[in-house]
Amino acid sequence: MLRYIIRRVLWAIPILIGVSIVSFFIIQLPPGNYLTALMASMRATGESVDMSQLQTLSERYGLDEPMIVQYWKWISGIVLRGDFGQSFLYTRPVSDLLWERLGLTFILAFTSMIFVWLIAFPIGVYSAVRKYSIGDYVMTFVGFIGLATPNFLIALILMYVSFTVFGQSAGGLFSPQYLDAPWSWAKFADMMSKIWIPVVVIGTAGTAALIRIMRANMLDELPKTYVDAARARGLSGAHAVTKYPLRVALNPFVSRIGWELPELISGATITAIVLSLPTTGPLLLEALLAQDMYLAGSFIMMLSVLTVIGTLISDLLLAWLDPRIRQGVVG
Amino acid sequence: MRQIPMREPDTLLEVRDLATHFFTDEGVVRAVDGASFDIPRGKTLCIVGESGSGKSVMARAVMGLTRAPGRVVGGSVLWCPDQDGQATDLATLHGNSRAYRAIRGPEIGMIFQEPMAALSPVHTIGTQLAESVRSRHAVSKRETRERGIEALARVGIPEPAARYDQYGFELSGGMRQRAMIAMALAAEPKLLIADEPTTALDVTTQAGILDLILDLQSETGMTVMFITHDLGVVAEIADSVAVMYLGRVVEHADVDTAFHAPAHPYTEALLRALPSIHAKTGERLAAIPGMVPHPFARPAGCAFHPRCHRFRPGLCETREPENVPVAPGHGARCLLLKPARKAAAE
Amino acid sequence: MSRARTDPATAEQAAASAALGAPVAPTRVHVAGQWRLMWWKFRKHRLALWSGVLVLLIYVVALFAPFVAPKDPNDYASAYLYAPPMPVEVSLRGPQGEFGLFFKSYELTATTDPLTLEKTYVINRDALVPLGFFAPTEPYSMLGLPMNRVLFGPVNYEQPFYLLGADRLGRDVYSRVIHGTRVSMTVGLVGVLISLVLGIVLGGISGYFGGFVDDAVQRTIEFLKSIPTIPLWMGLAAAIPTVWSPIAVYFMVTVILSLVGWTGLAREVRGRFMALKSEDFVTAARLDGCSEMRIVLRHMVPSFASHIIATLTLAIPTMILAETALSFLGIGLRPPVVSWGVLLQEAQNIRTIATAPWLFAPGVAVVVSVLALNFLGDGLRDAADPYA
Repeated sequence: MLRYIIRRVLWAIPILIGVSIVSFFIIQLPPGNYLTALMASMRATGESVDMSQLQTLSERYGLDEPMIVQYWKWISGIVLRGDFGQSFLYTRPVSDLLWERLGLTFILAFTSMIFVWLIAFPIGVYSAVRKYSIGDYVMTFVGFIGLATPNFLIALILMYVSFTVFGQSAGGLFSPQYLDAPWSWAKFADMMSKIWIPVVVIGTAGTAALIRIMRANMLDELPKTYVDAARARGLSGAHAVTKYPLRVALNPFVSRIGWELPELISGATITAIVLSLPTTGPLLLEALLAQDMYLAGSFIMMLSVLTVIGTLISDLLLAWLDPRIRQGVVG
Repeated sequence: MRQIPMREPDTLLEVRDLATHFFTDEGVVRAVDGASFDIPRGKTLCIVGESGSGKSVMARAVMGLTRAPGRVVGGSVLWCPDQDGQATDLATLHGNSRAYRAIRGPEIGMIFQEPMAALSPVHTIGTQLAESVRSRHAVSKRETRERGIEALARVGIPEPAARYDQYGFELSGGMRQRAMIAMALAAEPKLLIADEPTTALDVTTQAGILDLILDLQSETGMTVMFITHDLGVVAEIADSVAVMYLGRVVEHADVDTAFHAPAHPYTEALLRALPSIHAKTGERLAAIPGMVPHPFARPAGCAFHPRCHRFRPGLCETREPENVPVAPGHGARCLLLKPARKAAAE
Repeated sequence: MSRARTDPATAEQAAASAALGAPVAPTRVHVAGQWRLMWWKFRKHRLALWSGVLVLLIYVVALFAPFVAPKDPNDYASAYLYAPPMPVEVSLRGPQGEFGLFFKSYELTATTDPLTLEKTYVINRDALVPLGFFAPTEPYSMLGLPMNRVLFGPVNYEQPFYLLGADRLGRDVYSRVIHGTRVSMTVGLVGVLISLVLGIVLGGISGYFGGFVDDAVQRTIEFLKSIPTIPLWMGLAAAIPTVWSPIAVYFMVTVILSLVGWTGLAREVRGRFMALKSEDFVTAARLDGCSEMRIVLRHMVPSFASHIIATLTLAIPTMILAETALSFLGIGLRPPVVSWGVLLQEAQNIRTIATAPWLFAPGVAVVVSVLALNFLGDGLRDAADPYA
């Protein structure tokens, strides 16, 4: 078990390095560099361009030096000093903008994951045990619709309904009075009362996918001999099903959650833009459109890091659940 | 629950005209179609037949484990007569009923062809063994464990205490099957149904498992229903033999009669297909011509007639054969046979 | 010969008997080719069959979009800003009382609120808009052919016809959705083709050679899968220079989508190669002295081509959804390109969709086509295992 954990944790390191390289690559993609973008932005707003300030920035990011040095300066700044660079859009350090938004993104993705779990698991089991029943057909159909409808469209429809029927806008995570208030129980409760809309929106596609996976897993396991063997030992049908195939089908379900997390974070990005949530999504889009690349790159990197960590946790959970993986028989 | 008098008070299990059909979208498959046999207490009955003859389906029907789209559509499974000779008809019970569960497990144990498939991949041997122990005795956790380890020791598993906490995939094939036997026996059943328990194992392991079953039988006096397609195994362990073909028992006899004086042409053909050490060099094995027919294309009359070496045109494909009692305790379904003593039958 | 054997649908029966473990006499199913088996199984799947027909229909519409759409998608009319859908009526009597099948609609009259400047439209029963099939239009060219008629539209081309209402510039939403089919449905196709090449080459190499190559490719896939796709796509798509031509942007977007999309396909191909490598018929081919190329192309690829097609069909909707999302955010395709995602950009503002909910129409098109493709793909996947 320990060996597996160590191996798995060590494997996350090259992935994290890869993630940082991809993010840096994206930062470098737009024509010109940070300084030209900054100068353009300053000219547009009518600020005077301070040459000595530009000189300092150029040295700080190593803009005149080769790519590899620039990358090193950027990544070592992040890892060693928590310095993600400067956003010229907000003229603030990126790290100031990053953490709060990232935290909310994480809360949103995590809540969505719990939601997906709670809905998908029982429905998937039901659909498999009562295969081809009316309930199964209804669930399958609803699931297909959920898979086929883009997140942002669900968000738009929910907004449309709440606007035309209830006369209020469904966007945001906080009521106006809590928007800039420090964290408190009241603010948390307020968030929880509003978070369900984005959670439903983000979770729909994932729930639909997981229901199908759970159903397929259960259908794979239900006809296995070990179920009959358990019943042959005197277990009731329901007991034999919940104790054995359900337990076995849980494993691919859990491992799938590791892949679900990137999708949830992806979905959260777009949903957040439509519902104007104070998470990473809208800011990332804004940064990308304005080519504020240190901000955008940092967001992409931190979202990916979040995903890598989530996948790592789900893999460790899987190892804890499945003795075959723990002992290196499979996987 | 229906009570029916058993013909012989000595019989533990009597199956009469059992029929299990599978209702698929494409039609009805008559996997078991009127099978009858009985097993006396403490004896071993071997059920022999090719793949697809309905042996396993029948065993599951006895256990009440028939799976959809299959259903037991007729016949009776008479289980264990009381002092008055009244037996319970298991075929009338619902497979998931409490009454059935009081018998399946504690009274009838079963072991399967693939021990790996019959063991959960993510539960320890002990978890599964404990269920069996508790199906018979409501005992404490500690005692469950002790009894479980004891059961493992009894089937010849070395270091039973350590094995108890291991997983199925950590054991060898033979050890897995021993563990399965331990699970079936931990409940001290009256009848053990073994569905081709040695088919998936290599020959030496096979012999070990057979010896183990024989030893346990002489020790506990349990009755064994052993399903196999291997006539060598039959010769080694059987007291009596039931030969199945396309869902029916075509011949039912004690083991000596079945091997030396078979009445049904199918049994004859099976025996001729056995390799012999007395055979001359260059002599070919006698195969049964043709193939087992498609389940939807069951031949009319005697189902074996297209492959039968005694086929008599005009008779065999027109009439269904009844069971003919050729001798006491020996019956066969063949139209060419005459009852041994007509007077006895009338 | 029994009746059961002469029945053409013996495939299922043999499948049923195979489940029972019986070696059975060879029937038609054992000698039929794999595509025929697949078709036998597929046509039993009603939903998938009809979805397939629908998908085909959608692609036909995409091909003949200018003919199907009554109006030019970029024609704007300031008199019809956010005009609601016009009703279409069917009658069996023509204007002169003659018999036949006649379609008609009515003009909309706008009144502007002097205070809020909000426009409201009422149907003007006096101003008839006669409709008809093969209605004449201004000349246009389709697939290089000069045309002057459309499938269905106003008999008098000058008259307005808003089947699904108008957008903020008074453009016909229905015609725009029809034209959007072209871009949206082909983005999926082209993207999937690029993914296919990447997936088959890399997955094939990975599965066939195994060892170090396999490890490298597998790690790459794992790595790509651990990056959230939407932010990655957003980052890449936002870097497409705005000055590029629509065609170049379209191509770049599909390339970006397939850069991430090939991983699933590669895993599928690899899995099949791994499974087939040790099959007896591959060993037999090798012992017969077949070249590696021949083994792969003549023996291995045909035996998993059906699975690949099913996987491909299931990959197209993902691409369509991704294009829609990116264009919706304004970093994928941009106007004047007409795609469903671009059209949905119009529906971004809550007040706009509250006054003009018909702007959701492109969304309905997305859902319907993605559903149809999913059902089709599901049916194909089931049919790809004809013996299962």
